[in-house]
Amino acid sequence: MSVITITPVSTFRTDDPYPFCPGCGHGPILDRLNEAMIKLNLDPAKVVIVSDIGCSGLSDQYFITSAFHGLHGRSTTYATGIKLANPDLEVVVIMGDGGTGIGGTHLVSAARRNVGITVIVMNNLNFGMTGGQHSTTTPEGGITSTTPLGNLEHPLDICATVGVNGAAYVYRGSSFDSDLADRFAAAMAKPGFAVLDIWDLCTAYYVRSNKFTRAGMEDSMRSWGMEPGLLYDRDSVEYSTGYRLAHAALVGTPVMSAHPIPVGYAHSLDRPMSLVVAGSAGGKVRSASRLVALGGIRSGLWAAQRDDYPVTVKSGHSVSELWIAPGEMPLTAVTRPDVLAIISSDGYGKAGPYFAAMNSADLILTIPEHSHLETKARVVVIDPKSAPKRIPKTSMGLVYLSAALAIRNPYPLDALREAAGAGSFAEVNIEAVETGIDLAG
Amino acid sequence: MTTNTEVPRREYVDGTTAIVRGAIDAGCTFFAGYPITPASGILMAMMREIPKVGGIAIQGEDEIASIGMCLGAAMSGAKAMTATSGPGISLYSESIGLAIMGEVPLVIVDVQRLGPATGGATTVAQGDVQFVRWGTAGGYPVIVLAPSSVPESYSLTVKAFELAERFRCPVFVLTDKELAMTLSAVDVDEYPAVDGVERAEKHEGLPYSWDPVDAVDPMRRYGEGDAFRFTGSTHDEGAYITKNATKVGALNEHLIAKIEVHRDEIEMVDADFAPDAGTIVVSYGVTAGAARAAVARLRTQGVAVSNLVVQSLWPIPETALNDAFEGIERIVVPELNMGLYRREIERIAADREVIGVNRIDGGLITIDEIMEAIR
Repeated sequence: MSVITITPVSTFRTDDPYPFCPGCGHGPILDRLNEAMIKLNLDPAKVVIVSDIGCSGLSDQYFITSAFHGLHGRSTTYATGIKLANPDLEVVVIMGDGGTGIGGTHLVSAARRNVGITVIVMNNLNFGMTGGQHSTTTPEGGITSTTPLGNLEHPLDICATVGVNGAAYVYRGSSFDSDLADRFAAAMAKPGFAVLDIWDLCTAYYVRSNKFTRAGMEDSMRSWGMEPGLLYDRDSVEYSTGYRLAHAALVGTPVMSAHPIPVGYAHSLDRPMSLVVAGSAGGKVRSASRLVALGGIRSGLWAAQRDDYPVTVKSGHSVSELWIAPGEMPLTAVTRPDVLAIISSDGYGKAGPYFAAMNSADLILTIPEHSHLETKARVVVIDPKSAPKRIPKTSMGLVYLSAALAIRNPYPLDALREAAGAGSFAEVNIEAVETGIDLAG
Repeated sequence: MTTNTEVPRREYVDGTTAIVRGAIDAGCTFFAGYPITPASGILMAMMREIPKVGGIAIQGEDEIASIGMCLGAAMSGAKAMTATSGPGISLYSESIGLAIMGEVPLVIVDVQRLGPATGGATTVAQGDVQFVRWGTAGGYPVIVLAPSSVPESYSLTVKAFELAERFRCPVFVLTDKELAMTLSAVDVDEYPAVDGVERAEKHEGLPYSWDPVDAVDPMRRYGEGDAFRFTGSTHDEGAYITKNATKVGALNEHLIAKIEVHRDEIEMVDADFAPDAGTIVVSYGVTAGAARAAVARLRTQGVAVSNLVVQSLWPIPETALNDAFEGIERIVVPELNMGLYRREIERIAADREVIGVNRIDGGLITIDEIMEAIR
């Protein structure tokens, strides 16, 4: 048996001094983070500090932990990926009020997910690195280089925002708080999403342009309606833990794989045949086309279907172009169909180029409303009302395609019956197939 | 090709299914994406399938979050993929640069739709062929593969994972609405056997090395071995930010050389040459369907014409193209844009005649249109 001795790390800091301005609060905040990590007795190789852009983004270089220094405002997203892929890691995000603004949606979403990362916002109320411009947390009336007459925007309440949206631990304080290291440690020990909004002084810009000092910081918070202290502390399931629990029963089950469709019939095609159904979205046009393709495959044919429809789901047109062919064929458009089925007015609106290109060898099956077509093709009008039972709209495609197959016979109708009976809605589909065959006479 | 004596073994699937299977067979364990037509099918299938192999799929709050999560997960050791369409690639732009700079293996599927802007969500186009190559600041190389069928959607997705690991860079699978959503009969034996893609890893030391300049160092992963850094800023081998000109130059030359020097490992074309052909059709993606059909039809009419389908769009497969153009006088380039890849072909074609067949109305280029251009 071997004994492994773990020596607690005495500091998580490198030897390099911080690069921050004299009087800046960032250094003290990072010192408190260092103390928190010592207190928690963390292994620096198991800690990832994630940072982004601005003065706060310089922070990670001064720690001996692992680091991910990314793009402005996106640190929460990297941290989420890091944590989800390896939940054993302690992931700490350091961002500024700039990153909070540009990446606000990520902060809210991380709170909603309750992903187990800790976010420390170094909130100095302006952009310190790029010239003291106003940020989303600049107080109303605050003077900055981009609000020379006073800020007209209401400041973002970071804590309230993440708090009402599910964060597990939410704290507001300042770089001067004597118990800040304990707050950081408590936040990191919390399994869920923790946000600490830590106000500090930007001595280069904000302090210089506004009457804003350490003494007034807490009073200022209160005057803007932003209470300091521990604001939310709730025990809810952390996301990566919840994800793994929810999916545990799926692990090891078979991934979707290729299953050959049984072939029990012989086709009679010696060249590719194209069938186009022009109908309405929501009318199961694509499903009908698919069943005809599956019947073809059951007869040893190749098949491909290209579907066209608008962005709406159950309104507008739905057109399906189907090839069935004796040999493998590349994906191409149907320009002159062998068979065209017009089953609704939406479909008729899209069918013009097809029937205009068709000639006397080709077949059009259409509803009575659209029987007068400028085409050379043979037009067969099928009145759905002549069926013994009312044909549901969602069966029209399969009824007309079945009729077309009964007239043209590219493959045995039993293959189509089998395809219709093999999947979902078998009863309805088989009835549609039989109706179509009957209507074809 | 199935003969009459064999019972065909065919399934009826779309390119989306093939991409998802390819990713999982390659060893993808992390997927993040945001719903967008016509790429949503990949997101939905990944949400359903990847937990089965112990992986994680998540719907991000937007595209920026999705690709960001992928980058983080990749640095924790996952093989990651995301999928979107043109509008989403716009939002990926900055993070594509981060993947290049941080040398993160990442597979990005672009299911193209008609642009610009919202364009035609359910409408096919090939307008992103230059965009994916130049879609982030700096002009540094990425790899772009373009399938032209369901089996290729599978095999090139696997290949994308291989290349992403080999070169530690983002690799695009450039497909489109029709290839992703068209159902096709596929011979199930046509899919290549895949063993999964290995990541070259090391568990200690500096995260980067560029000596020699084209060498790709094994990757670190968070939580294994000692601590290490990652940055999107110009950095040294330790991922510390630097403005030292020698180090800056070495890093940036490495990001180019690791791909440019090894173009021969990336070049992929499907060449179908006819002896004595004076004309060749060069196509890629969905347009290759009509190109193959047009060439086959003309040959039955006794016309000698060659066909080349480019599978590795970027870097440009110059060796394969130069070989293909030997003895050729006319080059026909059909594409669903106004000639975005043709300009690359023209550069290589020197003084040969290059003819574009182009469409941006949402329809596919027809067999007849290509035949007309060949004649």
